[in-house]
Amino acid sequence: MSILVFIEQREGRVRPVSREALGEATRLAATLGGPVVGVCAASADPGLAALGAAGADKVLLATGPRFEWYDAEAMTAAVVAAIESLEPDLVLFAASAMGKDLSPRVAARIGVGLASDCTALTPQGGTLLASRPVFAGKALQTVRFPRKPAMASLRPKVFATITREGATTPVERLVVALDAAPSRARVTSVVAASGGKTDLTESEIIVSGGRGLKGPEHFDLVENLAAALGATVGASRAVVDAGWRPHADQVGQTGKTVSPKLYVAVGISGAIQHLAGMSSSRCIVAINKDPDAPIFKVADYGLVGDLFEVVPALTEAVQKLNAHV
Amino acid sequence: MIQVVCIKQVADTETRVKVAADGKSLDPAGVTWILNPYDEFAVEQALRVKEQLGAGEVIAISLGGAGVPTTLRSVLAMGADRAIHLKADGPAPDSLQVARALATEIAPLGAGLVWLGKQAVDDDAAQVGPMLAELLHLPCVTVVASFELAGDRAKVEREIEGGREVVEVTLPAVLTADKGLNEPRYASLKGIMAAKKKTIDEKPAALGEPNLEVKSLALPPARSAGRIVGKGIEAVPELVRLLREEAKVI
Repeated sequence: MSILVFIEQREGRVRPVSREALGEATRLAATLGGPVVGVCAASADPGLAALGAAGADKVLLATGPRFEWYDAEAMTAAVVAAIESLEPDLVLFAASAMGKDLSPRVAARIGVGLASDCTALTPQGGTLLASRPVFAGKALQTVRFPRKPAMASLRPKVFATITREGATTPVERLVVALDAAPSRARVTSVVAASGGKTDLTESEIIVSGGRGLKGPEHFDLVENLAAALGATVGASRAVVDAGWRPHADQVGQTGKTVSPKLYVAVGISGAIQHLAGMSSSRCIVAINKDPDAPIFKVADYGLVGDLFEVVPALTEAVQKLNAHV
Repeated sequence: MIQVVCIKQVADTETRVKVAADGKSLDPAGVTWILNPYDEFAVEQALRVKEQLGAGEVIAISLGGAGVPTTLRSVLAMGADRAIHLKADGPAPDSLQVARALATEIAPLGAGLVWLGKQAVDDDAAQVGPMLAELLHLPCVTVVASFELAGDRAKVEREIEGGREVVEVTLPAVLTADKGLNEPRYASLKGIMAAKKKTIDEKPAALGEPNLEVKSLALPPARSAGRIVGKGIEAVPELVRLLREEAKVI
């Protein structure tokens, strides 16, 4: 028995979602057996030895110029080579932009099913059950894998990392046969979002704005509160469809499903498709002038009032708190 | 150029999910069925490419039960030239089964571009696009937010965490569309009339063996309604105290 974890790196840095996957692999290895082996493809070693502290017992590294940027076909070859050499019982990916693109290709090449965007993996009688939100979180589906290896991608921010103080892991070279032809889908550049914005799916705190803001010019209220909280700005579908905010900001069924530790909904009434996308947040705060708004049914803390007064006051209170810490 | 658009009929996003008697699937009673929202952007982009080239054919394909032709007809009304319905009754197939059935059908068509939505809003799997590309031995770009065709290649952008990747992809290719790729058109009355005369070929879907076994579908534990902390700015200090001392999130 062994568990293979795809280690995602961008520009020489291992992404936090891969540490989350290693954490879950380590917990599963206690029941299913180990070792936990990472596989990484990069133009140079992004400091993989340090992943011992995150739970890896060994990491396989494929290097080459094709791995400088994300290249689905080359990385599929690397992960498949690792699967063929290790014959793992379970292969884990992060359900990130990269993992969601790569994992189905690998599953199709190997010819097994894939459970994507899982929020729980549970060993049961020698097999593994995977739980995954469907209908943007309105329901939870549980699946099992009829064949090995089982393959799953893990929702960011759900699985805890582990720390083994000072542990390091051996890094072994993985040889991947790539054809000499250039990549058919080549990343030519990466454009950073303005202000180096954290992705909503990976944010600890989110402040989202809705119709209650009355116009795009008032989103600075949301932005200021978000800045005070160290939060990422989100939006309801209504304001994205109205063109106030880009689609990348949308939370809900046709946007992003998020699970931050704190979600603040400002001027959002709480349409069912929005609630679906944020109900798994650990703590929800709603600020709305309508006491009957559906958002209050899921909010841990509700504040009924005019957001144009409440939000600046809240921002100021948080800023004062930060100044005292 | 021949373009294929793979579409899926899904439950409306306003649907309140109820679990069917089998304990594994959505209870279809009272559900309104719609074209998967992300597929609208895929259909629109294929039509725009055809218009840009001034020639070609857009073929819509969908796998599913007896209700699927209604949704295919709506895509024909938008402007697709013809449609194929891969018939599959019974339990919902997994993504690899769907990708295999689609690949069997699409491979002989010689398509230059194969379009899908980035995911279906029912199973949220986001798998069929890349799986189909793998089975067809084609490059694939997922979650496409912008698309520019230039000869036998395209420059596309896809959203990633904290930014966008700019990708140059050679045709033929598989692309999955994100919301915001374009502004999908509404079917015109003329389009709706014309769609009635277009063909929908019906064929059995070559699904093969299942690759995942669904054990259950359940509703998530209901979130217990919290409390109203108060009204107006007077309640702000108490809210901050609760967030700090009780919830411990700030």
